[in-house]
Amino acid sequence: MDDIYREQILEHARYPHNFGTLEQPTVSHEEYNPLCGDRVRIDLLIEDGVIADVRFSGKGCAISQASASMLTDEIKGMDVETAKAFSKDDLLTLIGIPLSKNPTRLKCALLSLKALKAGLYGVASVDVDDE
Amino acid sequence: MSILSQFDVLAIRREFPILQQEVNGKLVAFLDSAASSQKPRQVIDCLEDYYRRYNANVHRGVYKFSEEATFAYERARGKVARFIGATSPRELVFTRNATEAVNLVARAWGDANLRPGDRILLTLMEHHSNIVPWQMLAARVGASLDYLSLDGEGRLALEELDTKLTERTRLVAVAHQSNVLGTINPVAYLAERVHAVDAKLLVDGAQSVPHMPVNVQELGCDFLVFSGHKMCGPTGIGGLWARREILEAMPPFLGGGSMIKVVELDHSTYADVPARFEAGTPAIAEAIALGEAVDFLNRVGMASIRRHEVELLGYALERLAEVTGLTLYGPHTTEQRGAVFSFTLEGVHPHDVAAVLDSEGVAVRAGHHCTQPLHRLLDVPATTRASLYIYNTAEEIDRLVASLEKAKRLFA
Ligand SMILES: Cc1ncc(COP(=O)(O)O)c(C=O)c1O
Repeated sequence: MDDIYREQILEHARYPHNFGTLEQPTVSHEEYNPLCGDRVRIDLLIEDGVIADVRFSGKGCAISQASASMLTDEIKGMDVETAKAFSKDDLLTLIGIPLSKNPTRLKCALLSLKALKAGLYGVASVDVDDE
Repeated sequence: MSILSQFDVLAIRREFPILQQEVNGKLVAFLDSAASSQKPRQVIDCLEDYYRRYNANVHRGVYKFSEEATFAYERARGKVARFIGATSPRELVFTRNATEAVNLVARAWGDANLRPGDRILLTLMEHHSNIVPWQMLAARVGASLDYLSLDGEGRLALEELDTKLTERTRLVAVAHQSNVLGTINPVAYLAERVHAVDAKLLVDGAQSVPHMPVNVQELGCDFLVFSGHKMCGPTGIGGLWARREILEAMPPFLGGGSMIKVVELDHSTYADVPARFEAGTPAIAEAIALGEAVDFLNRVGMASIRRHEVELLGYALERLAEVTGLTLYGPHTTEQRGAVFSFTLEGVHPHDVAAVLDSEGVAVRAGHHCTQPLHRLLDVPATTRASLYIYNTAEEIDRLVASLEKAKRLFA
């Protein structure tokens, strides 16, 4: 547990970056975790193939909120193709907490990545291998 | 709290090997028995004994192992049937779990007895396993669903029976005890009302059969379903009890071996009950071990188990009321209530609560507990749930409360 709730995670959960919505997003996608009822919506403003701005909204546990906060920091200014290739492992490295033996919490951490990818690919949902 | 009379919880704890384990450096406080209970040594030994000594298919061989396995399997049926007050072992069908038992009734009885325009009455506190099979049945036969709602304390709004129990209602399906609120529903009263309109009553006993004396004659229901793994038995085994005449009139559920009398090329005749509903090789070891679990529960005594839990329930309600920022769902008194506590903690997500508790060796569950309609009614996406059983102690409730205070500090 103390591995999971590092100060950085708690900080992002308390004061999430890029929290809110965009007035006219190019892409907006919401993912839902039926296991715990959590929702994360990601709004993207895409200009010239680059993610010019991003916001996320929704409710969830500290892990899902902190993960969304860090992910949105990371992809701001990133070109769309690079963002599309952003992987589960990239996200886990980014948030820096060990979840490989914690399948339930892994789903929480990956919720924002699912929302991002489904939004970018313009599909209803994507499989980011969270088993 | 007072010393538990005639109930030596420490002696009972010694019967459960898993409870001797440490989690994160602390003795585990297992507070998730509503999801699945732990198993006493004698149940674990019983499984091993079967595989070591007399493993063989049942109802098929004439050699010693098979005779012994068949005898033990049918003896277990008798034990489980007596445990719930059935008049005959023939009224008890072994299923995989409560969920399969509900599906069996929906398929076999429901398809044969419901017509377009008929109604099925459920309640807003039902587990998904007592909702989805009825939705599927309703879609197949063109029936519709009604739901009894709940009052602010999580009790059934019984006055709605006047309007929601209609001439077209064919079946009412209700949990004996809610797995989220702990509410114990007045089943005997419901049975009277349901039978007055000539409908049938199915009782979901998944949370009552493990925790209190349950007698189908006293309940007056027509069907009772339950799961072995929540009552000190193994996973993969559960039961359906149905009134003899209803069961005998029901067509089969799954087709295959064991459920037939004569198989011709284009049709078959079916076995008598309960074999008619037990197609294929059953969960033999698990059924026998469920019989062993029933022996264990009987030895402790279901009335004593209920008394122990009510005592802990009263203590837990007091202690949880002291936690500021905690919202407890369900009745706030011990009346007609089981020892299940679902709550939210202001400012901390239920998952985070459960993770902090885990770090203190306190095992609870977080989520919607397979009751999405109920959580929608409560207007929360998820709750944290602590649930007690035969082996829990007041000291574990103290640890729960102390860990909740830790969670509040961490996320403040
Ligand atoms: C009230 C209630 N009904 C039904 C079930 C379903 O039990 P099972 O999953 O063993 O079929 C449960 C347990 O999760 C329950 O708590």
